[in-house]
Amino acid sequence: MTFLFYLLAAVAILSALMVVFSRSPINSVIFLIICFLSIAGHYILLNAQFLAVVHIIVYTGAIMVLFLFVIMLLNLNTSNEPHKSQLTRITAVITGGLLLLVLIAATKDAVLIQAKNPADYNIGLVKQIGQTLFKQFLLPFEISSVLFISAMVGAVMLGKKDSKKN
Amino acid sequence: MAFNIYDFTSFTQSIDQGLNSVMPAFWAMITEMVIIGVAILAFYALVGLFLVYAERKVCAFMQNRVGPNRVGPYGIIQTIADLIKLLMKELVEIKKADKLLFTIAPFIVIIASFMAIAAIPFAKGLHAIDFNIGVLYVVAVSSLGVVGILIAGWSSNNKYSLIGAMRSGAQIVSYELSVGLSLITACILVGSLQLSTIVESQADGWLIFKGHIPAVIAFLIYLVASTAETNRGPFDLAEAESELTAGFHVEYSGIKFAFFFLAEYMNMFIVASIGATIFWGGWMPLHIGGWGSFNMVMDYIPPFVWYIGKTAVIIWIMMWFKWTFPRLRIDQLLTLEWKYLLPINLFNILLMAFIVLMGWHF
Repeated sequence: MTFLFYLLAAVAILSALMVVFSRSPINSVIFLIICFLSIAGHYILLNAQFLAVVHIIVYTGAIMVLFLFVIMLLNLNTSNEPHKSQLTRITAVITGGLLLLVLIAATKDAVLIQAKNPADYNIGLVKQIGQTLFKQFLLPFEISSVLFISAMVGAVMLGKKDSKKN
Repeated sequence: MAFNIYDFTSFTQSIDQGLNSVMPAFWAMITEMVIIGVAILAFYALVGLFLVYAERKVCAFMQNRVGPNRVGPYGIIQTIADLIKLLMKELVEIKKADKLLFTIAPFIVIIASFMAIAAIPFAKGLHAIDFNIGVLYVVAVSSLGVVGILIAGWSSNNKYSLIGAMRSGAQIVSYELSVGLSLITACILVGSLQLSTIVESQADGWLIFKGHIPAVIAFLIYLVASTAETNRGPFDLAEAESELTAGFHVEYSGIKFAFFFLAEYMNMFIVASIGATIFWGGWMPLHIGGWGSFNMVMDYIPPFVWYIGKTAVIIWIMMWFKWTFPRLRIDQLLTLEWKYLLPINLFNILLMAFIVLMGWHF
C-alpha cells in the first residue's frame, strides 16, 4: 500500500504543478481533475470511502464541470490572453515567493499528528460520519445547511428577471 | 434459503486461494485484477453489440418496420458488420483542434462507464468490488463521463459540437441530482449503501413492493431521470440531428465515434441494471411471502438470468420512451428537473424516512 501512496502522491503533486504551468486554461482544469482524483485515491487508502466518493461527486462531478462550462463559454485560450507587462510579472513573482516563504515558515515546526484511535479503521465509513455529524455536530451542520439555502435563494433572486420591467 | 445453490462465493474464493498459493500476494492481486478486467471487458463488448442490435429491432417494431434482416439470420450479425465498418473508417484529424484533448475525450467517457460496471452485483459472490458506499460510488463514477463529453465538444473546435456539449453537460449535471436522490430514497429503506446488502435485503420482497408509494415514486423518478442522464430520447436534444447535426460528437469518426456510441449504450445498460438492482432486487428471485413451493421454483432459476431479465425489461421501457415521446425543448427539460422532479424527490425522501420511522414497511 505504501507503493500506492507514493504513486498517488507523485501524481497529485505533478498534476498540481501542471495546473499552474500549463498555458491553456482547459488543460489546467483537466490537470486539476486528475489532482482531485488522486486525492480521492488517498482517501480510499485511508479507508475514508465516503469522503473519497463525496470528493469526486462534488469537486470533479460538479465544480470542475462548472469551471469547464465557464471557460468554454468565455472561450479563454492562449491566443486571446491579455498581455501582461513586465512590472506585473515581477510583482507576481515576488508576492508568490513571499507566500511560499510564509507557508514554509508555518509548516517548518509542524509535528506529526498522533491518531486518536489508530485501531478504528471504520471511522471514515458513512455510518460513523453520519453519527458524528448528526449527534456531535448537529448545530453547525444545520446552520451551514441554512447558509447554503440562503446562498441558493440569493442566486435565484439575482438570476430572476424583473417581471415589472418586462 | 435455497438460492444458495447458485452461490459463487466459494468459487471466487477458491480462485483467490489458488492464485495466492502459486504466487506472492502482490502478484496474485495483479492477476486477479487482470482477470476481472478481461472478464468485464468481454461482457462490455458483448452487451454493447447486443444492445445496438436490440435498439434497431425495437425501433423497427415500434415503427412497423422489419429492421436489420440481411446480415445473418434475422440480421443478428449486422452489428458486427457495422463494427468492422467503423474500425476500417478513416480517423479524421481536425485542423486547429486541441489534438490531445480531442483524442482522450472518448476514453474518459468510456472509462467512466467501465468503472461503474465494476460495482454491479451479477449474482451472490459474483461482484468485482463490493464497496461500503456502493450506490454513491456508482453515482460518483457516472458523473465523470460529463467531463469527457464537455472536452469532446470543446476540443472539436466546432460551434455545433460546443452547443451540443453544453446542452449535454447541463442536462447530465442537473438530472444526476434526481438519480442520486431517488436512489437514496431506496437506501433509506434498507439502511445501507452497500449494493450486496441492498440485494440481500430484498429476499422477502423487492424494494418497489416493500416501500409502498414512496418507492414507486422514487422508481418512476429514477426511470425518467436516468433516461435523461444517458442523453437518450425524449431527452436527446443534445444531439438534435435537425439543428445541431449530432451534438458533441459531430467531428468524431471511425473508432473514436464508436467509443461514444458504445458508451451511450453501456450507460443505458448501467442505469438499467442499477435500477433493477436497487428497486427490483437485482439477482434476487421473485418471492411471495407464504407461497413456499412457488418460491422454491423461482429459486431454481439462476440469479444471472434474473438479473439480465430485469435489466432487459428496464432497457425495453427506456427504448419504448425513446421511440414514442417527442423530444423536449431545453427550457422544458430544465423545468421538468428543477421545478418538478427535484421538489417531488425531496418530499419523497421525507415521506420515506417517515414510513421507515413508523415501521409501516414490511
